[in-house]
Amino acid sequence: MKLNTLKPNKENLYTYLVLGVSLLAVGFIDIVTNTFLNLNITGFLPVIISFLSPLILGVFGLHFIRIEYSGNKTLDRINKNFNSNNINAILSLIVIFILIKYIPPLLNWLFFEANFLGSTKKDCTGDGACWVFVRVWFNRFMYGMYPDAEQWRINISFIALLVSIGSIFVLPSKFKKYIILFLLFIFPIIALNLISGGIFGLEWIETGAWGGLSLTFIVSAFALIFCFPIGVFLALGRRSDLPAIKYSSIGFIELWRGVPLITVLFMSAVMFPMFLPDGTYMDKLMRVIIAITLFEAAYMAEVVRGGLQALPRGQYDAAKSLGMGYWRMHLLIIMPQALKLVIPGIANTFLALVKDTPLIFVVGLLELAGMIGLAKTNPKWLGMATEGYVFAAFVFWIICFSMSRYSQNLEKKLSTDR
Amino acid sequence: MNLKNFLINLKNKKRLIPQVLTLLSIVLTISYFAFNAQVNMDNRGIAFGFGFLTQEASFDIGFSLIDYDGSRSYARAFLVGLLNTLLVSAIGIFFATLIGVTVGIGRLSSNYLVAKFSEVYVEVFRNIPLLLQLFFWYFAALRALPLPEQAMNFNDISYLTVKGWYVPKFIWTNFSIFIYSVIAAIIAIIFVSKHAKKQREEFGKHIPSFYIGILLLFALPALSFLIGGVNLEFEIPVLKQMSATIFNFRGGVSIIPELMALAMALSMYTATFIAENVRAGILGIGKGQKEAAASIGLTKTQILKLVVLPQALRIIIPPTTNQYLNLTKNSSLAAAIAYPDIVLVFAGTALMQTGRAIEIVSITMGTYLLISLSISSFMNWYNQSVAIKEK
Repeated sequence: MKLNTLKPNKENLYTYLVLGVSLLAVGFIDIVTNTFLNLNITGFLPVIISFLSPLILGVFGLHFIRIEYSGNKTLDRINKNFNSNNINAILSLIVIFILIKYIPPLLNWLFFEANFLGSTKKDCTGDGACWVFVRVWFNRFMYGMYPDAEQWRINISFIALLVSIGSIFVLPSKFKKYIILFLLFIFPIIALNLISGGIFGLEWIETGAWGGLSLTFIVSAFALIFCFPIGVFLALGRRSDLPAIKYSSIGFIELWRGVPLITVLFMSAVMFPMFLPDGTYMDKLMRVIIAITLFEAAYMAEVVRGGLQALPRGQYDAAKSLGMGYWRMHLLIIMPQALKLVIPGIANTFLALVKDTPLIFVVGLLELAGMIGLAKTNPKWLGMATEGYVFAAFVFWIICFSMSRYSQNLEKKLSTDR
Repeated sequence: MNLKNFLINLKNKKRLIPQVLTLLSIVLTISYFAFNAQVNMDNRGIAFGFGFLTQEASFDIGFSLIDYDGSRSYARAFLVGLLNTLLVSAIGIFFATLIGVTVGIGRLSSNYLVAKFSEVYVEVFRNIPLLLQLFFWYFAALRALPLPEQAMNFNDISYLTVKGWYVPKFIWTNFSIFIYSVIAAIIAIIFVSKHAKKQREEFGKHIPSFYIGILLLFALPALSFLIGGVNLEFEIPVLKQMSATIFNFRGGVSIIPELMALAMALSMYTATFIAENVRAGILGIGKGQKEAAASIGLTKTQILKLVVLPQALRIIIPPTTNQYLNLTKNSSLAAAIAYPDIVLVFAGTALMQTGRAIEIVSITMGTYLLISLSISSFMNWYNQSVAIKEK
């Protein structure tokens, strides 16, 4: 019996399997003992070979078990997905080794050696993360400097928002229209009054005290509501055949798209007050929301324009031949189709908007990231930056990831491809 | 006026009225703002003008590519900020492309682990706000680096510490000759590849222009060292004791942590979008194209080089340039971690000192606008030149 070590074949299947698997196993034992027991079993070799030994052993092992059409389903599947050639074998091994090396310390830091209970920094005795920091500051991270006794107002607004959004999916579709109208026109006014107070005996809370994650939601929700219609009008303007309207839309869109948001916020903070009549004062939060709205509207306009351009001319001609005017045609025929085409783009713009909200720190408004920046400089809680930012990243990730997944589903659901 | 003209006018009126209204409202808004600004500035006793640019800036900037100190003018400070912005954008674009292309191809890999790993990378880094990533790298990750006396040592030539990354400084003699040799090599390569293309198309001769190009790229600069009098020396950073407990490195080039954090955050964030563009570009090439290429007997490399890449690049390049633009604009987040870019230096410090909000914010926004518009007009030109010419 002759073993062809260059090209393993089916005839000596089990010999190759035993050889390959044992080489692989030695490689893995090497890396595991190295990582967890601090024991280098290949320490007698030169440094560079000792360092690469698991990889070398693994590649040879994988080479021996790479047997085409072996008849064994599991083996075939492994070969196809992880081990189709030497380069793929090396890549697979590197990924596995990275996971073995870095996942356990990461988990230790996040959970097993972390401290969750307590109320001061001294309660953090483990080597891991100090989640006590997040626990103690949680209220501030969510509501900013909003007084504790009044936080129910923010909660009620958000619960109402969630309930009315939820009811869109539950109630029959004939109410859907009214709920959307309520959400767009009535709800923002109610929520704004409830949160800022000053009427019906509610205590007035100035916008400077708003903050934390709720401010992120407030800013993005208002910017979102306003930027959509402005964006649609700008897109229509850009495609208009009236030169004055066309070129002013182009100018407006390109102006906002050409500058970073941070300079727009600077403008709203230091330059815009100069443009107002002497003595008038516009609330800082309001200026920020206007700035973000105009900025995102320009991006929205380009997205909507993409949808308008993608529609075949026949749709316009057909609508006109039915005697529809410009507005009727766009409202009933063009927009529903064009917007459907650009749902991913719209969702991306909204996502970008949510991700851009932390920038409002430049004007001194502290949403989640800003509050963490504030908390980490508190003398009692120095050195907690990592925990804070990991927590914030996690929160934002959940929001953004679920939004993007939802938009992908929506896209699938609304697609009318025949 | 005859009747015909009048009728045309009447017909045009429907087109005219909205336009006049739009223009009127724009003019009114702008003049209202301008009037208010005039009144406000009069009240504060400042006159509109850009004369302040020549005044002495009298503030220091921590990191500068050109000679600068507090006695220089505001215009010079502006230039320092602009160069810093361009520097971090260039570094970010380089690494974002590198990571993005790797991850984008990785997502299409037949290797399950690599594909999954790339997907997780994209989903994690795309869905976390850039500012948070920046804060994480700057306030958490880079702050965990060792002090200078326990610096991470790379072969005794480069040291990574909490105060920055110290790398050897290049000291050139006759640097310009070296640059000329590189330019000459590039021109020569262009000629060689044109010649090779002509030979291939007219006579069917194959000239290995790629290898000749690589040879030229190394040979000409090497020649400049041998006979052109070019010389390169390195200044290696050395650990010096400043006082009883304070150590620091002297010599070499210090890459400040702000620059590192910003470049890392920008490239890792933008890479996710570039990866998606690359993936979409490669997926956008129909299977038929590859099969057709294979059926006329092209090898796998030839299929990739001659059929897939030229078409995929046409899909990939426009959105990727957009990402490069975004990266350049996002580099303005530097202000959050005090990297002296144009926003921090000019719209921050200079504005605080002079109080000239309108001029300074307009200059800053105008600069970004200029960068964006020039890149996007270049891209429009490029897109038109590579667009499929349909008959």
